[in-house]
Amino acid sequence: MTMKIYGFIFVMWILILTGGGIVVELVGPISFSEDIEPIITSGVKVFLALFLIFIWVFTLTKIKNWIFKSQVKS
Amino acid sequence: MEEKIIAAIIVSAIAFVSIYAFTPILIKFLEKRNLTVKDANKKGNVMIPRPGGISILIGIVASEITLYFFFPISEILAIILTSILGFSVGIIDDKKTMGGWFKPVALAFCAAPILLLGAYDSNLDFPLFGSVKIPSLYLALIVFMIPITGNTFNSIDVLNGVVSGFTTIASFALAISLFILQNYEIGIACLCLAFASLAFYKYHKFPSRIFPGDSGAVMFGATYGVIAIVGEVEVIAAIAILPAIINSFLFLSSVKRIVEHREIKNPTSHTDDFKLKSTDENYAPISLVRLLVAKKPLSEKQICNEILKLTTFSGVLAIITAFMMGAKIL
Repeated sequence: MTMKIYGFIFVMWILILTGGGIVVELVGPISFSEDIEPIITSGVKVFLALFLIFIWVFTLTKIKNWIFKSQVKS
Repeated sequence: MEEKIIAAIIVSAIAFVSIYAFTPILIKFLEKRNLTVKDANKKGNVMIPRPGGISILIGIVASEITLYFFFPISEILAIILTSILGFSVGIIDDKKTMGGWFKPVALAFCAAPILLLGAYDSNLDFPLFGSVKIPSLYLALIVFMIPITGNTFNSIDVLNGVVSGFTTIASFALAISLFILQNYEIGIACLCLAFASLAFYKYHKFPSRIFPGDSGAVMFGATYGVIAIVGEVEVIAAIAILPAIINSFLFLSSVKRIVEHREIKNPTSHTDDFKLKSTDENYAPISLVRLLVAKKPLSEKQICNEILKLTTFSGVLAIITAFMMGAKIL
């Protein structure tokens, strides 16, 4: 079981690194034409960041169930 | 550089020695006034003094104030004020059991010194890819960060020596990361937390002579959180505490709401020889401890050692991440 928890920590680390890459390379540079209010651009970025967090938590939940289901009944 | 080394030695010594010397006095004081709680994982009626947060407060604040004399910068002032506010929230919860929402909401206000002193940079740094500027989103991140770290540290305070040992390892990993990134002043501030928790661990480790209480655990978390923000190492700080994040994640994903830990069923029970085993109760939450004892019962000391080994592993990943901060792949 302990090895599975080490594996889970490692997967979380990889997900953080990957998520960081997506935020910096894809979400960060998003900009619309000058006519559009900057607050709208920020809002879109916030929405995308929240969506990424949702994906991150969803993925972790799936991995958690896959790794630990055999040991612990949720 | 010489001044920084001298400051590091002096403040680390103050943090360690003040807690090491004051905690036995506090233990006697609390015992005399019957301010004790039952150690649920010991046979018989073993009563332990609480809260040890007072001792932790003295150590951290004394050392950080000394550091402020060396480097009078707003970041260190923010650390001092946020730590004191974190302690205040915890001591209220120690004295009077508050609802599940009290701590997150109250801890959000503890971020006020960081915002008022402007002790932050709105760039969020990621390893390998560089940084992203998120001025509006970062303000929200600051407000959320202190409640998250405060509660995360508090939720791992489940067995003798866990939260103090955990804080020691995570803080040393974060301090090393800050030194790698050449953020020396905040790195030294982080050493104060590391040595303070190390000194407290001496009395908190199995078998505990004192419990930190919510005041101690929340203060550890709040101080760690503010260091992460003012040191601009939010991602590295999160990686160093992954075992505690897993604990909170498992708990929240099984309970599906924010509750005070006293309100929920215990995820573990005891064997005849007082080892901990996974509970047979339906609807009891999943926690890190429950996972560790899922296959076979373990003693309290064995579980504590396993958690500290996991923390060392995540601390190493945090230090690797700090080295990766300088590299760019795109």
